[in-house]
Amino acid sequence: MTRQGFALPRQGQDQDPAAPQPLADDETVDLTAERSGAGVDEILDSLESDLVGLAPVKTRVREIAALLLVDRVRGRFGLSAGPPSLHMCFTGNPGTGKTTVALRMAELLHRLGYLRRGHVVSVTRDDLVGQYVGHTAPKTRDAVNRAMGGVLFIDEAYYLYRAENERDYGQESIEILLQYMENHRADLVVIMAGYADRMETFFASNPGMSSRIAHHLEFPDYSLDELAAIGELMLRAQRYRLSAEAQATFRDYLARRMTQPRFANARSVRNALERARLRHANRLAAATAPCGKDDLMRLEPADFLASRVFGG
Amino acid sequence: MADMTERWSAGVLHYAEMGYWQPDYVPKASDVLAAFRVTPQNGVPPEEAGAAVAGESSTATWTVVWTDRLTAYDHYQGKCYSVDPVPGHEDQYIARIAYDLDLFEEGSIANLSSSIIGNVFGFKALKALRLEDMRIPPHYAKTFQGPAHGIVMEREYLNKFGRPLLGATVKPKLGLSARNYGRVVYEALRGGLDFTKDDENINSQPFMRWRDRFLHCMEAVSKAQAETGEIKGHYMNVTAATMEDMYERADFARELGSVIVMVDLTAGYTAIQSMAKWARRNGVLLHLHRAGHSTYTRQKAHGVSFRVIAKWMRLAGVDHVHAGTVVGKLEGDPNSVAGFYDTLRCDRAEPEPVRGLYFEQDWASMPGVMPVASGGIHAGQMHQLLHHLGEDVILQFGGGTIGHPLGIAAGATANRVALEAMIKARNEGRDLMTEGPGVLRQAARRSRELDMALSTWGDVTFNFESTDTPDQVVTPVPTGA
Amino acid sequence: MRITQGAFSYLPELTDEEITSQLDYALGHGWAVSVEFTDDPHPRNNYWDMWGLPMFDLLDAAGVLHEINACRQAYPDRYIRVCAYDSRHPRQTVALSFLVNRPAQEPGFRLDRQEAAGRHLRYTIHSYALDRPAGTRYSPP
Repeated sequence: MTRQGFALPRQGQDQDPAAPQPLADDETVDLTAERSGAGVDEILDSLESDLVGLAPVKTRVREIAALLLVDRVRGRFGLSAGPPSLHMCFTGNPGTGKTTVALRMAELLHRLGYLRRGHVVSVTRDDLVGQYVGHTAPKTRDAVNRAMGGVLFIDEAYYLYRAENERDYGQESIEILLQYMENHRADLVVIMAGYADRMETFFASNPGMSSRIAHHLEFPDYSLDELAAIGELMLRAQRYRLSAEAQATFRDYLARRMTQPRFANARSVRNALERARLRHANRLAAATAPCGKDDLMRLEPADFLASRVFGG
Repeated sequence: MADMTERWSAGVLHYAEMGYWQPDYVPKASDVLAAFRVTPQNGVPPEEAGAAVAGESSTATWTVVWTDRLTAYDHYQGKCYSVDPVPGHEDQYIARIAYDLDLFEEGSIANLSSSIIGNVFGFKALKALRLEDMRIPPHYAKTFQGPAHGIVMEREYLNKFGRPLLGATVKPKLGLSARNYGRVVYEALRGGLDFTKDDENINSQPFMRWRDRFLHCMEAVSKAQAETGEIKGHYMNVTAATMEDMYERADFARELGSVIVMVDLTAGYTAIQSMAKWARRNGVLLHLHRAGHSTYTRQKAHGVSFRVIAKWMRLAGVDHVHAGTVVGKLEGDPNSVAGFYDTLRCDRAEPEPVRGLYFEQDWASMPGVMPVASGGIHAGQMHQLLHHLGEDVILQFGGGTIGHPLGIAAGATANRVALEAMIKARNEGRDLMTEGPGVLRQAARRSRELDMALSTWGDVTFNFESTDTPDQVVTPVPTGA
Repeated sequence: MRITQGAFSYLPELTDEEITSQLDYALGHGWAVSVEFTDDPHPRNNYWDMWGLPMFDLLDAAGVLHEINACRQAYPDRYIRVCAYDSRHPRQTVALSFLVNRPAQEPGFRLDRQEAAGRHLRYTIHSYALDRPAGTRYSPP
């Protein structure tokens, strides 16, 4: 007697439901809907609201988003050939928002489906290069493996290359990075960051690296107005405010500080505000009169005038 | 509580008045706790019944005795600290009792069981009594050896990770001679199972004596090992009439190079603990067959719950114990069985009424015991087995291997293919209960052995009402509207 | 013959995509992944050669697959396995292990029997591959 086969209904899909559906030649796509469907607008809008200034950068990010969106749809029509190169270079002075934009870029690429995870691994030369023979390759591979599915952000990447020492191990790291940048375009995006002039020298000596960078973004220094606005944003987030007089003092402070050496844009603003909070706290602690909620929030000119910047 | 002169005058007092009922008592971290399901005789108040159980399982006797006063009697008394009615059963109560650590000898299951269940179950004032669960404090657990190896060491020993292990009991249960018995072992192991097993009643009978069985099985195991490159084992049953005989058989199995031996629960707690010590000393895995347990674990109102036996066996130190299949031919409600598996495997278990776990249980890093699922299961149920029982388990398909139309090795291969395909599918994120049959059919396309197994047994199920179910059940509640 | 070690050796050889699924499962649990190779597949040989160090803190399988393929390129004629390690209490052992490469020809093992008293036999498994020196064990003669 033969028993009947195991006949339960089959369930489960054959295709990964997240993969984009291919399109027939005569179909049409609403790009606005595509963009908002992917959640891209959210990121672009938060970039607008959370970062002061950086107009050229924001424009470039928008352009790149549009390019990738169109590319994705082209792929569905069967028009594109392989994953695009997405490696980037961010140049500008310290404190101009390069790391912040890198984080947003990673999120953007993830939402558009170009990066599986969308996290950022941030490294410098010391994380990639070893001190003795055989040390560099595992270090570089380890950093790359951790960044797979996301972005490898290499700060001051030019330090990898030491022209004066041909036996420097940084060269090995560069070779390995080049291979990954070429062969794992679908798995990894490399973003290099640093001063514009040094980057240029670096690329001139490493044409292989230069040729693999698809997008260059320049981060201009902030203007005085922009720095003041950044300061206001930071204070608001920490529930402080400037009195009317303190606003003028703060602008004056910034104008002077900008001209002094080692000015790090937004970072310097943050440091200055930290010091102001310290002086504010000491001022309140030394005062005899009881203080109310607004006293605890309000910064006064005295909190800035004590700075060396004013020649004090 | 009766006052002093009344407490100690000769005569009979209620247990509840002798200090065995203490509703305000807060159990110490070092107390051993027990939960009993009590069915008092008509007219006996539940607190008195609980107190009686506490008394008769610790220091009391039926009448006041002056010699009690030679001791710090309130230290040694069992204390019933709560009595809760069981919903839906107006004559049943759960009584919780705390015992001081000093009542027990360190590291002795025989003493533990004599203490808790040795005296009280025949008590006339109770219609029925069941020991539901116990809490073993780390203070006490640390005095036991615990599993000779445990789940982690077993896997490292066998070099098998990431999937359940597979076994089969040799069938027919009785009658084969040693040489033919070895043939079954060889075929099953070379086909893909990890273990084969002596049945509980195979010890040393006229049709096959133990020494011949061991010799032939080792030949089978070694041949299968060479042909597959995997470590294989056959559970050599060393259960015998006396401890001396058991040691003789176990030593022989070890000499032959067996990775594992087996004992039956009927050998007794003391023998089992001795074997656990032997197993650790000699680096041999110890499998326990829970022979005879259903005589006292199956009925809900009277006996000892298997979860208590499971705890005792983990303390005693076995590496494997049979713990239920849910979907096979033997009793096993899914929630109760999940509770047994948690008891055996977890390092910490929280009280979980739906799974029948009455107390938290902290094993303080004592290794887990590998549960064994055996009895009427077949490859067509692989998705259900994995879903209910998880990954750290041994799945034994006796009839389901040996009864395969293409032969024993084919039966073994069918089970192994089904298992690996199911694990692979689970890791890929597929839902086993809904997609399981599809996974099996897909795997069967590349495996003739599995295809035939599914055709032969695909429709076989064992659907009967469970007798041993927990009191609490999750009821779906409509959400609004 | 075909050695059946590892969790999936009774299934058809895993494709790179299927390997990636398994790696994603392991990485999702926070397990460290390592690649190991050997030319001595004796079942009691626990310590295979390590291909680099175990990879901790990875979020994506692409890096591991790269290492697997690099190992396959370097040692195409050896057994290569992937191990995923769970370091959490109380497990602290390998959670999943499976083969990702085998030599083209697997000569397997010979069972040697040594007779002793009382019908005892002492068994040992002899690996045919080990008849040749390390480095040449699975290449054509």
